[in-house]
Amino acid sequence: MPDQSLYIHVPFCKRACHYCDFHFSTVQKHKKEVLEAMLLELDLRKGELPDRNLCSIYFGGGTPSLLSISELNVFFDHIARYFNWGRKTEITLEANPDDLSEAYLKSLLKETPINRLSIGVQSFAEEDLRYMGRIHTAREAEEVLFKAQDLGFEKLSIDLIFGGPTTSDEIWAANLEKAASLQVQHLSCYALTVEERTALGYRVRKDLSPQPSESRAARQFEYLMAFAERQDYEPYEISNFARKGHRAIHNSLYWQGAPYLGIGPSAHSFDGHRRRRWNVANNGLYLKCLTTGQPPWEEECLTSEQRYNELVLTRLRTLEGLSAKAIQDLGENYLQHFLRQAKSLQAEKLLEEEKGWYRLSRAGRLLADFVARELFWV
Amino acid sequence: MQKIRNFCVIAHIDHGKSTLSDRLLEYTNTISKREMQDQALDNMDLERERGITIKSHAIQLSYQRPSDGETYTFNLIDTPGHVDFSYEVSRSIAACEGALLLVDATQGIQAQTISNLYLALDQGLEIIPVVNKIDMPNAMVEEVSDQIVELIGCAPEDIIPASGKTGAGVQDILEAIVERIPPPTGEPEEPLQALIFDSIFNSYRGVIAYFRIMNGTLCKGDKVRFVNTGKEYEADEIGILRMDMVPQQELSAGNVGYIITGIKTSREIKVGDTITHVDRPCEESIQGFEDVKPMVYAGIFPIDNDEYEDLRDSLEKLQLNDAALVFEPETSVALGFGFRCGFLGMLHLEIVQERLSREFDMEVITTVPNVSYFAYTKRGEKLTIHTPSDMPEPTVLDYIEEPYIRAQMITKPDFIGPIITLCLEKRGVLINQLYLTSTRVELTFELPLAEIVFDFYDRLKSISRGYASFDYTPIDYRRSDLVKLDILLNGEAVDALSALVHRSKAEAFGRKICKKLKELLPRQQYKIAIQASIGAKVIARETISALRKDVTAKCYGGDITRKRKLLEKQKKGKKKMRQIGKVQVPQKAFLQVLKLD
Ligand SMILES: Nc1nc2c(ncn2[C@@H]2O[C@H](COP(=O)(O)OP(=O)(O)O)[C@@H](O)[C@H]2O)c(=O)[nH]1
Ligand code: SF4
Ligand SMILES: [Mg+2]
Repeated sequence: MPDQSLYIHVPFCKRACHYCDFHFSTVQKHKKEVLEAMLLELDLRKGELPDRNLCSIYFGGGTPSLLSISELNVFFDHIARYFNWGRKTEITLEANPDDLSEAYLKSLLKETPINRLSIGVQSFAEEDLRYMGRIHTAREAEEVLFKAQDLGFEKLSIDLIFGGPTTSDEIWAANLEKAASLQVQHLSCYALTVEERTALGYRVRKDLSPQPSESRAARQFEYLMAFAERQDYEPYEISNFARKGHRAIHNSLYWQGAPYLGIGPSAHSFDGHRRRRWNVANNGLYLKCLTTGQPPWEEECLTSEQRYNELVLTRLRTLEGLSAKAIQDLGENYLQHFLRQAKSLQAEKLLEEEKGWYRLSRAGRLLADFVARELFWV
Repeated sequence: MQKIRNFCVIAHIDHGKSTLSDRLLEYTNTISKREMQDQALDNMDLERERGITIKSHAIQLSYQRPSDGETYTFNLIDTPGHVDFSYEVSRSIAACEGALLLVDATQGIQAQTISNLYLALDQGLEIIPVVNKIDMPNAMVEEVSDQIVELIGCAPEDIIPASGKTGAGVQDILEAIVERIPPPTGEPEEPLQALIFDSIFNSYRGVIAYFRIMNGTLCKGDKVRFVNTGKEYEADEIGILRMDMVPQQELSAGNVGYIITGIKTSREIKVGDTITHVDRPCEESIQGFEDVKPMVYAGIFPIDNDEYEDLRDSLEKLQLNDAALVFEPETSVALGFGFRCGFLGMLHLEIVQERLSREFDMEVITTVPNVSYFAYTKRGEKLTIHTPSDMPEPTVLDYIEEPYIRAQMITKPDFIGPIITLCLEKRGVLINQLYLTSTRVELTFELPLAEIVFDFYDRLKSISRGYASFDYTPIDYRRSDLVKLDILLNGEAVDALSALVHRSKAEAFGRKICKKLKELLPRQQYKIAIQASIGAKVIARETISALRKDVTAKCYGGDITRKRKLLEKQKKGKKKMRQIGKVQVPQKAFLQVLKLD
């Protein structure tokens, strides 16, 4: 079965978190039309995936947990017209803690094929949540995790954010401990990034909020790596940590360069070779395109150099790393370039090699972008 | 010859010389309105963009007088308007009998108005004063006319009000050229004596020299000698300059034209030189020839050492049509192989850098510019120093001399105080303070050239809110107490950042440079120590802390493209950096470091 996945972007949120620059709308007036347009898009683009069998279906956003059970099932019915999924298929719903009532959780389990939750916890500390503008409380987050596990969700992931001005080293350590003690098997941990077009970006620009401290983020990232090792979380990608058997299939496919089809405003797609497409990140324009029969996407065809750069960028973020063989498949000149550039990075102990596989060292993980730039071909 | 008029237009920069020249071309039908591209005479792209005339040009106009239908031949010689090119201005002026003195009605007399006027009066030119831009709402025609009357002692009614924009006054100017400017004198039968006032490079024809015949007659095919270079050529083609070159069989005294001799590089032709016949040479060359010497030197290095040969090629090609550019190979410990280049001034330097990038796609690093010094050793030798690293060791060195200039600044009385303060800070000596009118003062200072090379002009403009104009001429070399200031990155001296500075200013200068470098250098994975030192003594330091984290948080499906593009862009930026030891130094840092506020 070829590895391929389907992504559904649900472009709505109840309220904008201060740091977030994903695409979503807090106006839900056109929710029904947008969801219908997404079904239409699926009708149009089903052929972009090479096979009927899906390894992963992922509802991301925005806030997919805003969808009712029946709205979700309309999607599944539609997807089933064109694709198959089995017991092994990872079917993930991104969810915010405040949406996950006991009733909703029960229905998700019983009435939909969803078998994995990725929960936007971000922190178990109240001051962090307020700073980030999250809607839920620390307590809610904790309770939701208990409930979900009690009801039988085996595959759970949570997002955590570190490095912000409210996140002291103590809070960060406590957050990680809490996750481990709650038996969360998969963690996605991100450094707080100030994006320009967000409330936080505005506040930092206007000097109303401090610029997050780089040394704090670096320290907390180092702590995270040590914690992961101690607690048997595999750092299988720079920001992703999983206990054995709990790696996210969906994310892994991205980094392996597998084909994926993304449906909905701002969703991206890749044909597994050279073509990338991305949908317009605007609900109104998206609707207009689909109702007037125009493609909602732009696309680019990767040059060999860009493919090489993407290979370097994505593979080096993974624990397995990048094989000389994979580079050579793109052309001997790329391999030569890579080897030349890699030399000084190895000397600086940022990059390690073993049996033709190149990986970031622990120090290299903190400087992954630097390493990638050094190796890029421009 | 009675029907020929040779004249130039002199003006302070931006007073409308190019625009008015265009109107003259249009009114005499030398160029049709349709062909008219604004500022037809500035034909290098760069000139048009910067709105300055870099090289001077000449063009012939035919003017038919409406009163009697007689046709006159005008040779209009456009002169460059920037201090860096003042020698070329003087040669263009020497080819004329008259000059239109253009003064912007909103600005009044400025420093270059005066310096160019003096050049013209020196050559005995007839001056036709013009108050330009009278169409502007803030034009002060009367006030500016009064200034002109005071300056040149003409009658108020001699001044022609005009506008290059609307065409007002253009007819009066054409008539004044006929009536007031004397026809050229000179004997067609005498031995040939022609003044080269400009040259251009054409990739098909080689170097084309523009000349004015003072005496004698030149025919196609004649054997000619250039008196000062001593070289001999055959006149392959001669002709006059309309919008295009028009070949002629012969040209005689009083005329302006061009000559093509198969010369391939501009350096072989010296502006100011005299052309004569090999067979029947003139007795003396035309006065005023000078070999122009560079005033400012800087190292130019390829960003990538592999491009050294390409850089040499490009500089050689540039030199074909920029006779003032000189260069010789130079080796820098920090930057590898490159060239030490000599320029007429900072504008010239910038133009060369820009042309390298534009015409040859060469991105280069330009090092801290300096002037040329004389170093006297204890053994009594006199050395010419073009780069700080050539300075002899303190044990050998007796003393140093640096070039001085005389600077003329014209401003409003309100700004005298701040300007004097600025000039004193720059080690200047006030020579004269002269009220031209009750609202315009001329200040004359003698200053070390090195002090005005970098930010002097910008600062002058800002402290006077634009109400100060500036011009200078080199005068002599004077003994100075200069020291070599070194900049060290992580303990390694970067020769390309060394500078010679006056001892009294070394410490402040060192501190500023360190601070500025701290802003300019990107953070890296290592801590960077920046130090300034004189000899072994460190006089200033700054530290850039190590970059501890350089990794984007997420990288999901959609982010891959965005992130790849971002990193590619950053990498491109980094390609424009030069690695010194372990430190990445951006290309621009070498020059920007000097833009100390
Ligand atoms: N209003 C007005 N603007 C003018 C006139 N002559 C020139 N200018 C403008 O003044 C600026 C400088 O003119 P230019 O001819 O390039 O000056 P140059 O530096 O002396 O050659 C340009 O923006 C022109 O458009 C004029 O008579 N009236
Ligand atoms: S973080 Fe999640 S819930 Fe918050 S605005 Fe972004 S997409 Fe919406
Ligand atoms: Mg001009």
